[in-house]
Amino acid sequence: MRLPAVERIGFKSQLFVDHLGGLAVFTLSVLRCAFVPPFRFRRFVDEVFDAGVLSLSIVCLSGFAVGAVLGLQGYDTLVRFGAEANVGAMVGLSLVRELGPVLTALLVIGRAGSAAAAQIATMVTTEQLDGLRMMSIDPIDFVVGPKALALLVVMPLLAALFILFALFGGYLVSVMLLGLHGGTYFASLESAITFADDIVPSFSKALVFGALVGFIATYRGYTSEPTSTGVSAATTGTVVTASVCVLLFDYVITALWGI
Amino acid sequence: MSTEPGQEFRVALDGVYLKRGDRQVLRGLTCGFPRGQISVVLGGSGCGKSTLMRLVGGLTRPDSGVVRVAGEDISRMSNRRLFSVRERIGMLFQGGALLDSMTVFDNVALPLREHSKLAEPDIRAEVSRRLVAVGLEQVGELYPRELSGGMNRRAALARAIVTDPEIVMVDEPFSGLDPINVRRIEALLVELNRRLGITLVVTSHHLASSLRMADRIVFMVDGRAISGTPEALLQSDDERVVAFLEAEKDQSTEDYAARTDAFPVAGGAA
Repeated sequence: MRLPAVERIGFKSQLFVDHLGGLAVFTLSVLRCAFVPPFRFRRFVDEVFDAGVLSLSIVCLSGFAVGAVLGLQGYDTLVRFGAEANVGAMVGLSLVRELGPVLTALLVIGRAGSAAAAQIATMVTTEQLDGLRMMSIDPIDFVVGPKALALLVVMPLLAALFILFALFGGYLVSVMLLGLHGGTYFASLESAITFADDIVPSFSKALVFGALVGFIATYRGYTSEPTSTGVSAATTGTVVTASVCVLLFDYVITALWGI
Repeated sequence: MSTEPGQEFRVALDGVYLKRGDRQVLRGLTCGFPRGQISVVLGGSGCGKSTLMRLVGGLTRPDSGVVRVAGEDISRMSNRRLFSVRERIGMLFQGGALLDSMTVFDNVALPLREHSKLAEPDIRAEVSRRLVAVGLEQVGELYPRELSGGMNRRAALARAIVTDPEIVMVDEPFSGLDPINVRRIEALLVELNRRLGITLVVTSHHLASSLRMADRIVFMVDGRAISGTPEALLQSDDERVVAFLEAEKDQSTEDYAARTDAFPVAGGAA
């Protein structure tokens, strides 16, 4: 009974390494289409609209809610130590360094990442990608590349908006609701956050998450089985894999570079 | 029925084996499709007709054997080189495979916009001409999801032929079409072949239209092929061919009987 278990582990490991290799080759092909003509600028803009503009409302609303809760919890905690003047710093630092990029990535995975995977997987099932190949059009160049690159580009922009709306939510709760002085909130925020140590790393984190989500979503869709089960597996697989990867990479980036 | 020696094949498969999971789909398939002729691939469901199409398009690689298209062995060819071979092939997929994010017009225009140097007005004129040819001049601005299955396939045929490729592969063009559109598509395919000398490979279940249009029949059974003229097919004493033809004849008779039962002919001998 032990041998089949060992064999199974071996098989799974081999499959995992296969997937890693496949993802690496796939990623290189997608990156190649960003630098080698023909450039699909129009398709890229369409995908930015799909992934970015259509995600605006949920990102802004979620950002506002998260900021409001942070303001509430932060004030309640800090007031016990007489440090309520630091609410702005607490809300700002936790948002810029951690919550902004991570929560935006999770929201984008749920909205745009899963949609990208499902759309590509459906194109596999209905032979649309094969149709492109038969017209001598590379599906990676025509379909996959613009989607992956759009997710990469929109992630830092959406994270910035998330943080902005969250800071506004924190301000409304702590200043308008709990009576903190507005000047105190912004002074504490301004003194705590620096461009080089907080904003740039936050932007970089969002960029890494954007790349992760873009490549995982399109890879899962592109390599899906041409069946309806394949489409659903690609979609759920994208949400699970990308979410776990974002959280793991968040820890690794924070631990290695302290951001 | 046999393969005629010395005939020039534009597309040829030689000793092709292919396994899908545990199922051996092709077992040494050897057949050829002559230049400038209409070849119809016949055979029961699951006999590997669509697989043959995918092999010729380089979308599926054989486990062993050789697939030659326009003189080049594509079975081990790199994807980059395959793209240049595919510029000479037009393919109509069974489900149409139109891009659902584009209108019918843009779908048909796509190969021209990608590969030709034509100006946009010329592209629009060419696409309109092709849509008229398949009887879809009114639906250019609709999306594929707004069309019926038969219209979808006709639009896909317009896309497959819009660049005037030298080889056109057509997978089940008649399934789901009404008799008038069967005739229309059949006439269009024959015209393409006769006027432009396109090498046509058509898979079909539709025996009557196959016999009408084919210069050559490739009958697939047990993962192999039996090739010859339509006349040779009808006179064949191979029991597998005879069984297929008999089954087709029975099916037609049953269909007719079912129709006359449902709608008794007025004044008939009842």
